[in-house]
Amino acid sequence: MGGYGFYVWGSYLTALILLGGEVISLRRRKNSLRKRVERNPR
Amino acid sequence: MNLYKYASPSAFYPLAGKMIPWFAVLSVILFAVAIYFGFIVAPEKAGDQNEVYKIIFIHVAAAWMGMFLYVLMAIYAGIGWAFNARLASMMASSLSITGAVFTLLSLVTGSLWGKPTWGTWWAWDARITSTLILLFLYIGFISLQSAIDDQRRADRAGAVLALVGVINVPIIYFSVQWWNTLHQGATIRLLEKPKMTSPMLIAMFVMLAACWLYSVVVVLMRVRCIIAEREQNAAWVTEGTA
Repeated sequence: MGGYGFYVWGSYLTALILLGGEVISLRRRKNSLRKRVERNPR
Repeated sequence: MNLYKYASPSAFYPLAGKMIPWFAVLSVILFAVAIYFGFIVAPEKAGDQNEVYKIIFIHVAAAWMGMFLYVLMAIYAGIGWAFNARLASMMASSLSITGAVFTLLSLVTGSLWGKPTWGTWWAWDARITSTLILLFLYIGFISLQSAIDDQRRADRAGAVLALVGVINVPIIYFSVQWWNTLHQGATIRLLEKPKMTSPMLIAMFVMLAACWLYSVVVVLMRVRCIIAEREQNAAWVTEGTA
């Protein structure tokens, strides 16, 4: 990358962390909700 | 076919669940295509710009998504407020976090582009500052909704903030024309021939499409969680939250 690898790869790594982190946190939230509903059915 | 039934959270919940996998697969494919065009097909350097120009593919997409999602959030919040539509307010809440993520991403990638290009991580330039204000508006919307216990009041307060803040979006977009800014001008102009080569344009637009599809996936995932949380006392939640 002509010496600019830190900046270019840093940008895409940041995107991966933010977007991937969002998906992971949503899956955890969904699983947590499911367990809560299973524990406390109406 | 009565589409209005999907305005009900209980009807929209399973529909959203069916849509998510399709958009997720398409999003991954388009991200891969964008990366291929951006890093393999597009030239190493672009005119007088060195390799650092490749940040533009993710930076521009993130910036556009930050603005698009704010407008969408404001529209949904307004509909929820005007028509007392629960699902519209839930969609606004769901859009807010994804919009904030993209806005943060655009600021971070902008810094990573700015340091080697302008020699600074940050500048109080019109576009950069107004984008930072956009991030503050997102954070304000999310915080306001969290701070108010009564859900309907929280939705109404958030709607006011979202609708007032939408004026910031055209300010961001036109800032490079209205003021003498450090930030470069519009990457794509509707009435002018593009300055970028075809592979670069393809990479940029495919990345934007990938980000759109990704947004659909996470917004639908989040709105399903919000529906299940807000409607948790409804019988259909315990019967069908799969």
